[in-house]
Amino acid sequence: MAQDPTPLARPGSLTELFTAFTLLALQGFGGVLAVAQRVLVEERRWLTRDDFIEILAIGQVLPGPNVVNMSLMIGDRFFGWRGAAVALAGMMCVPTVLVLILAAIYMHYAADPAVAGALKGMGAVAAGMIVGTALKLAPVLRGNPMGRPASLAIAAIVFAGIALLRWPLLRVLLVVGVLACAFAWMRLRAQDAW
Amino acid sequence: MDALACTGRVVGTAVGTISLVDWLQLCGHFLLLSFAAIGGAIVIAPEMHRLMVTQTGLLTDAQFSASIAIAQAAPGPNVLFVAVMGYQAAGLAGAAATLIGIMLPSSTLAFAASRWSSARQDWRAIRAFKAGMAPITIALLVATGWILAANTPGKAHLILTAATALLVWRTRVHLLILIAIGALVGALGWV
Repeated sequence: MAQDPTPLARPGSLTELFTAFTLLALQGFGGVLAVAQRVLVEERRWLTRDDFIEILAIGQVLPGPNVVNMSLMIGDRFFGWRGAAVALAGMMCVPTVLVLILAAIYMHYAADPAVAGALKGMGAVAAGMIVGTALKLAPVLRGNPMGRPASLAIAAIVFAGIALLRWPLLRVLLVVGVLACAFAWMRLRAQDAW
Repeated sequence: MDALACTGRVVGTAVGTISLVDWLQLCGHFLLLSFAAIGGAIVIAPEMHRLMVTQTGLLTDAQFSASIAIAQAAPGPNVLFVAVMGYQAAGLAGAAATLIGIMLPSSTLAFAASRWSSARQDWRAIRAFKAGMAPITIALLVATGWILAANTPGKAHLILTAATALLVWRTRVHLLILIAIGALVGALGWV
C-alpha cells in the first residue's frame, strides 16, 4: 500500500513541530487542509497519504475542527501529549492573533467592493484547493480492502448525499459510515482467514 | 440569558466588556456546542447564530456574517470565526470564552481517540473503520469544495474553482500563489 518510494521523515524537536504547524496554518487561507496535505505528506514527508487519510477520518467522525484535531493527533504520534499540545498551539496561536487584528480593522473596509471581490476570489480558490486535494488523495483507495468499485460507489453516494441532496452530515456518517465499516470488516475477516 | 444580553455589544469598535458570570455562561454555551461540531465548527454555525444573534443579541446579523468572512480571509483554521464572534461580542475576553469553549471538549476527545485507536491498530474493528471511512473522507472533501462553490452567487467563480482544483491536483504550484491570484481576480471584479 505504500506508494511513497522514500522513507518517511519525522520532526526533530518540539520547536520544529511548532514551527511547522505555525507555518502551515499561516499558509492556509480559506482552510488549512490543502496546505496540511502539501506540507505534511509531500514536503516534510512526516506522513504517507494513507496516514493522512486515516488521521483525517478519525478527525471527521469526532466533533471539532478537522485540521485542529489532526494537528493534535500528529503531534501525539511523534512526541506524546507534549507533541499534541505543541502542534495544537502551533496551529492556533499566531493565526488567532492575526485573525483578531484583522477583525479589528475589517470594519473600515468591509464595504469596499474590491475587498469584497478579493474575498470572493479567495473563496473560489479555497474551494478548488479542497477538491484538488481530494483528487490527489484518491489513489489511496486502490489499496482499500473493500476493493476499488465498492470504495468508489461509497464515495459517490456520500458526495451525492452531501453535495447534491444536502443530507445532514451526521445521518450520512451514521448510515453510510456504519455500513461501509461493516462491509470493510467482513472483507478484512475474509482476508485474515487466508 | 437576559444578563448576557445586556453586556458586550459596543457597535463598531468591537471592544466590549463582560462580567465573570456572563463570561462563564458564554464559555459554557460553546463548551456544549463543541460536542455537536461533528464535521467542523462551521456545522454548528446555525446554532451559534441562534445563540449569539437571536437569543442573546450579543451580535447583529451583519457582525455574525462578518465573523465568518473575516476568518475566511485570514490564514489559519476556519474555526477561528468563533474567536472573531466572541471578540465582536465582548472583546478579547469574549474571544477567549468562545474559543476555549469550542476547543476544549473536542480537543480532549480527539486526544483520547488518538490514544485509544493507536493502541489498537491491529484490531480488525479499527482497520475496518479506517478502510470504511477512507472513501467517505475523500468524498466529504469533494462535497465541501462543491458546496462552497455552489453557495457563492454567480457563475464566473466556478471557472476559478475548477482551474484551482486541476492545478492543485496535477501540479505543485504554490498554494499561496493560487490564493493571491484569486484575491487579484476578485478585486478586479472578474468573478
